[in-house]
Amino acid sequence: MESNEQPKKGTISIIVDIFKRSAGAMLVPVLAVFTAMLVGALVIWGAGGNPIAAYIGLFEGAFGTARALSETTVWATPYIFAGLAVALAFKGGLFNIGAEGQLALGAVAAAWIGYALPDVLGVQIPGFIHLFLVVVGGLLAGALWGAIPGWLKAKTGGHEVINTIMMNYIALNMVSFLLNGVMKDPNPLNVIARTPLIASGARIPAIIEGYRFHWGFILALVVAFFIWWLLWKTTLGFEIRTAGANPDAAKYAGINVARTIVLTMAISGTLAGMAGVIEVTALNYRHELGFSQGYGFDAIAIALLGKTHPLGVVLAAILFGAMRNGATRMQFMTQIPVDVIQVIQALILLFVAADAIIRYIYRIRTSEERMVLTRGWGG
Amino acid sequence: MMTQTDKSGNQVVLEAKGITKRFPGVLANDRVDFDLRQGEIHVLLGENGAGKSTLMNVLYGLYHSDEGQFFRNGQPISIDNPKDAIAQGIGMVHQHFMLIPVFTVTENIMLGEEEMKNAVLDRKGVAKKVRDLSHQYGLDIDPDALVIDIPVGVQQRVEIVKTLYRHADILILDEPTAVLTPQEVDDLFRIMRGLTTKGVSIVFITHKLKEVLAIADRITVMRAGQVVGTVTPAETDEHQLAAMMVGREVILTVDKPPAEPGEDILQIEDLHVADQRGLEVVKGVSFTVKAGEILGIAGVQGNGQTELVEAITGLRPVKLGRVLLNGQEVSGKPPRPIIEAGMSHIPEDRQRHGLVMSYPVADNLILCTYYIAPFAKGLVMNEPAVEENAYRLVKQFDVRTPSPFVTASKLSGGNQQKVIVARELSRPVKLLVANQPTRGLDVGSIEYIHSQIVAIRDQGAAVLLVSAELDEIMALSDRIAVMYRGEIVEIVQAGSVTKAELGLMMAGSHIH
Repeated sequence: MESNEQPKKGTISIIVDIFKRSAGAMLVPVLAVFTAMLVGALVIWGAGGNPIAAYIGLFEGAFGTARALSETTVWATPYIFAGLAVALAFKGGLFNIGAEGQLALGAVAAAWIGYALPDVLGVQIPGFIHLFLVVVGGLLAGALWGAIPGWLKAKTGGHEVINTIMMNYIALNMVSFLLNGVMKDPNPLNVIARTPLIASGARIPAIIEGYRFHWGFILALVVAFFIWWLLWKTTLGFEIRTAGANPDAAKYAGINVARTIVLTMAISGTLAGMAGVIEVTALNYRHELGFSQGYGFDAIAIALLGKTHPLGVVLAAILFGAMRNGATRMQFMTQIPVDVIQVIQALILLFVAADAIIRYIYRIRTSEERMVLTRGWGG
Repeated sequence: MMTQTDKSGNQVVLEAKGITKRFPGVLANDRVDFDLRQGEIHVLLGENGAGKSTLMNVLYGLYHSDEGQFFRNGQPISIDNPKDAIAQGIGMVHQHFMLIPVFTVTENIMLGEEEMKNAVLDRKGVAKKVRDLSHQYGLDIDPDALVIDIPVGVQQRVEIVKTLYRHADILILDEPTAVLTPQEVDDLFRIMRGLTTKGVSIVFITHKLKEVLAIADRITVMRAGQVVGTVTPAETDEHQLAAMMVGREVILTVDKPPAEPGEDILQIEDLHVADQRGLEVVKGVSFTVKAGEILGIAGVQGNGQTELVEAITGLRPVKLGRVLLNGQEVSGKPPRPIIEAGMSHIPEDRQRHGLVMSYPVADNLILCTYYIAPFAKGLVMNEPAVEENAYRLVKQFDVRTPSPFVTASKLSGGNQQKVIVARELSRPVKLLVANQPTRGLDVGSIEYIHSQIVAIRDQGAAVLLVSAELDEIMALSDRIAVMYRGEIVEIVQAGSVTKAELGLMMAGSHIH
């Protein structure tokens, strides 16, 4: 029982350990996806389609060609950022439903700095500095929008679930107001609620000409790694996780829990803002109302499916991106409406959230540790 | 198998034969035999992790045994889940109550066994049954009270009535006294005796030796998953039971040299503290703890000790007055500067404040020092140092864990407390604040933690010990302050008072 001697671990056994641990953690999500696909097949069959053909179409549409692959990464990029935002908040014991608003605000701030700042200042801003300002401005907007509900929670105990939902309404309606008003592209041919294009110097160029695959995806992977490092390798990560796992013990240990809550929400908002910023600087070069197809809300599903772990979030985001992307080809090949994909995504979320169903179906022993995602009022 | 018993001839209502239960890497029950006779109180005694609770959880259908068989009135029975157990007339009161605070007593009792009248819940009918049961068995409860409003001791009675309501005549009480004040313990024992005269048979799980001798008809001692033996109180004493539990001779008194008090370390001046509801529960307390001495604060729980400690350690705001640590004012400061000034704190509620249960032992061992060298280099954690610290402290403080990387939740209560003690005593200590440091622990762990507290005193630390256990206060303290209703009744030299005198002071009367 007792191990007084420090076992010496080889590199290989460490790697094996990591695989064993991640295999255990991934079991339920993988089975949830599998089960959702099975139930989804029934839905397709019930709608008069051939499930096998549909799934083949889905797969081809997502991964079948270089272009399909490229488009999957385009979908996955905002999913990764927003998923990380929600997952990080979960680790800090906070349920950030406000990623959608933080993302929209980040995008609109980035777009404004991108197209309007040089005129406002009346100077030419060198490309590199302009890009820097666009990114920082967008991230700050997201951070602020996350920090406000964090501050409300820390100071007044107001629950972040309610406050982030409310902040979503404020942000989304404000952005709609701006894009239909002062920020609307003044080009006489334009009828869409969108900003003008950002200055060419503030754009991140494409990697491969002709493909929409962009640097944002690579940045997303780097940021995912950074968030993992932040959470598990730094003192700040220790504070975030401790305040999330047991705020009373955190306070006892001398951690400033109120400060940590505000900081966690600010970082979470920054990540969500990044999803918006990247779409503006690396993909669309403008902000358009309705560009976010509910990324911020799907992010909650992605964070849960990814077990609030950065690596899990990346995998879940790629899966969701692939499904969204492949759906079009599936519809083209089998006449099954793309909405089926949303049914399947909803089923995945259902099975992940109610993991008892999966554990029951596949006879998986219940682990003792339950994921603590958020606490009740004043908790 | 048995020596003679005081109720020989009584029917065996329940028997366990050869129960074996394995957990990964642990043999929790190793061919355990146990029998319960009609109307007896059979104490199951053993250290934490000895397998007492496992045996009872198997019996109650919460775990499945790998081998063995239960017999009810001589008939073999199989129990797959708590429903089967209840159907067999077995009721269990867990250490942590399973009550819903915002429901009334009646609603809690009928929960899961609701009775309907005209398609609605028959609250009145059940309340009457509850009232009848409580009269019949001498359990005083108000069926219409909200659980949130009644004291812990009464909540426990509700749990007992809950089992009686389900027609249990075998009652398993898992560590029932851990949460009770001495008076409540007396009440519980009175109730238990009342129950046995009405034909209820009771299995009483505990590790408190004094209680055992006071209440038991028979005592079965377990150690490391096996039954060591079954004895009656008449033929044994505390020392023998302790030795059976631990497997060696145990020192029940603390061996400590006389104190050599030095300069003042902790000075409390006219301290006033309010509780959650804003009521003043510490009303002008003043005392001093010197280097190299242990000041014990005795008192029945709920007399302001918790709030006093929280105010000293920075967890609760100070309303009025001063707290000086090493001559430096710390009142109103958050915990970190106080910790950095040399305060160590063994908190009252180890699972709420003392540990992050989902963290590995290694991380729990650096909970207060994670941000300073050697555990952090700048903003980055230094994992080799965290690991080295964990291996060293686990060994030094004899924490029984398969590895320093299992989560704290997987450790027994005694070992969880050892993790906290290891953490708090492994940094330079000027002041140790220990609140109920051994509550709910087994003899071996108590002995160990007491010796550590004395050792840190002898190294020149000031120790403020708060405990509801008078024996602990008397064994460890150099001076004793008695707290009653938020005030210090008197501060006396440890050797100059008897236990009876302290008891009177705890009720508010002055002796000197």
